[in-house]
Amino acid sequence: MTTHESPTPAVATESTGVAHHPSHPAPNPSDAHGSVYDALLGGDPSHWAFGTDFEDPLAGVDTTIPQGVGGEDLGVYCLMLADDALIASHRLSEWSSNAPDLEDDIALSNIALDLLGQARLLLARAAAAHPALVPALPAGSPVPPEDALAFFRDDRAFRNVRLVETPNGDFAQTVVKLLLFSTARLALLERLRGSRDHVLAAVAAKGVKEVAYHRDYAARWFVTLAGGTEESRRRLVAGLDRMWPLRAELTTAHAVERRLAEAGVGVDPSTTEAEVDVVLDQVLAVAGLDRPERSPMTAVDGRLGRDGMHTEALSRILGEMQVVARAHPTGRW
Amino acid sequence: MPPALLSPHSPAGVDARRDAAYAVARTVRDPELPVLTLEDLGVLRDVTIDADGGVSVAITPTYSGCPAMATMRDDLERALREEGFDRVTVRVVLSPPWSTDWITPAGRAALAAYGISPPGPAPRRAAGPVPLTLGPVHRVARCPTCGSTRTSLTSEFGATPCKALYRCERCLEPFEHVKEI
Ligand SMILES: [Zn+2]
Repeated sequence: MTTHESPTPAVATESTGVAHHPSHPAPNPSDAHGSVYDALLGGDPSHWAFGTDFEDPLAGVDTTIPQGVGGEDLGVYCLMLADDALIASHRLSEWSSNAPDLEDDIALSNIALDLLGQARLLLARAAAAHPALVPALPAGSPVPPEDALAFFRDDRAFRNVRLVETPNGDFAQTVVKLLLFSTARLALLERLRGSRDHVLAAVAAKGVKEVAYHRDYAARWFVTLAGGTEESRRRLVAGLDRMWPLRAELTTAHAVERRLAEAGVGVDPSTTEAEVDVVLDQVLAVAGLDRPERSPMTAVDGRLGRDGMHTEALSRILGEMQVVARAHPTGRW
Repeated sequence: MPPALLSPHSPAGVDARRDAAYAVARTVRDPELPVLTLEDLGVLRDVTIDADGGVSVAITPTYSGCPAMATMRDDLERALREEGFDRVTVRVVLSPPWSTDWITPAGRAALAAYGISPPGPAPRRAAGPVPLTLGPVHRVARCPTCGSTRTSLTSEFGATPCKALYRCERCLEPFEHVKEI
């Protein structure tokens, strides 16, 4: 089973200081007396495999591109779903060791790990569908395609909606953001289970089970904070007000999404809007809150997150998430 | 004809070889919950003999972010190699997605004996959207220490993605419950 509590990007980030200031001396392989590191340095690669696996996560899975779609379209579509999960995961992992209590620290880390797993499969799918999407790395680099996509793309190549990149704010704002995101993602994944692409259908079927727990978690906290103290309600309302303008983008279709939907491979997110609204209205009603009267965050030159147009928050996330990988493009971990 | 003389390429030989490989694979334990074998956990999906005589093992992740897949693969390869199967391929199957319903009766008994409350039946959902659950979670989680079912949910997320945190109202011990998916 799975116990890794810090998703990989957080581990990579948090280890930056450690990597440059090792607290233990490096083992000396020529030491005739041997050392405690001998077991690690032995020929058994499984010691290193725990959580540092660089193998293809789709090993043995049929990655044939379904008829009627282009490889590039399918690859870009997978990036959209992957980047939503990857950036949401990274933001949630920022709560590790910072959440209001231990249970929620663990819950948010678990949700981040689920999303990171979805992102990894989808990035690998994107790379298999259209290898030209994967940034070129120096010859001999051991970085697998899904990591190259996560750590070596610039902000404008990211296709996530802007909601997921927004700063966490306080716990209430994170709850609002997670509710909006997981409600839309669950509705989308439910439909994507019928994809003609075997990988997307499988990732969606697995993801539905996971995201259903994420949405319940966020919705319960939403209601709890609304009915808690005056302060918790005030913070929730403020978070709702800040996040609401970013909601529309979740159910706005990009041309690639529309083409993939027409081909029976993707889902047009605008077709989920009514269902998403029903769920959000249900939560708002139990919480005794109205929809904020805030208009959607505007596009920039007609471009949204799906087009690679982001807020500056994404650049800051990537700066932190990518710095170690980019400093060592041929590094082995 | 004694099994040792069967050609590994004859149908009966392939079956015997497959059974022998399965008998090894089924003993490999989950790296993070060694009280369960991969078979008990329902992660071991298939063992077959390839046309070239190599062993092909199919495993499926419990959750999308399962970080133990590589360790499972290495443990399977090593166990099979030690028993003389020198060509081993471990494949990942993503579909159908893992369900706690696949945890075997032996696995459930092992979990309970280890102090972890085993899962109830996975939710059977009718067609249509997944319903939102705002109220309390309805499930029977039996305290592995005292056997009481007077238990309360602390959190739907535990030390691993597959477990929820509970507390026994009778003996007050905290415990983990494998949550149904
Ligand atoms: Zn008890």
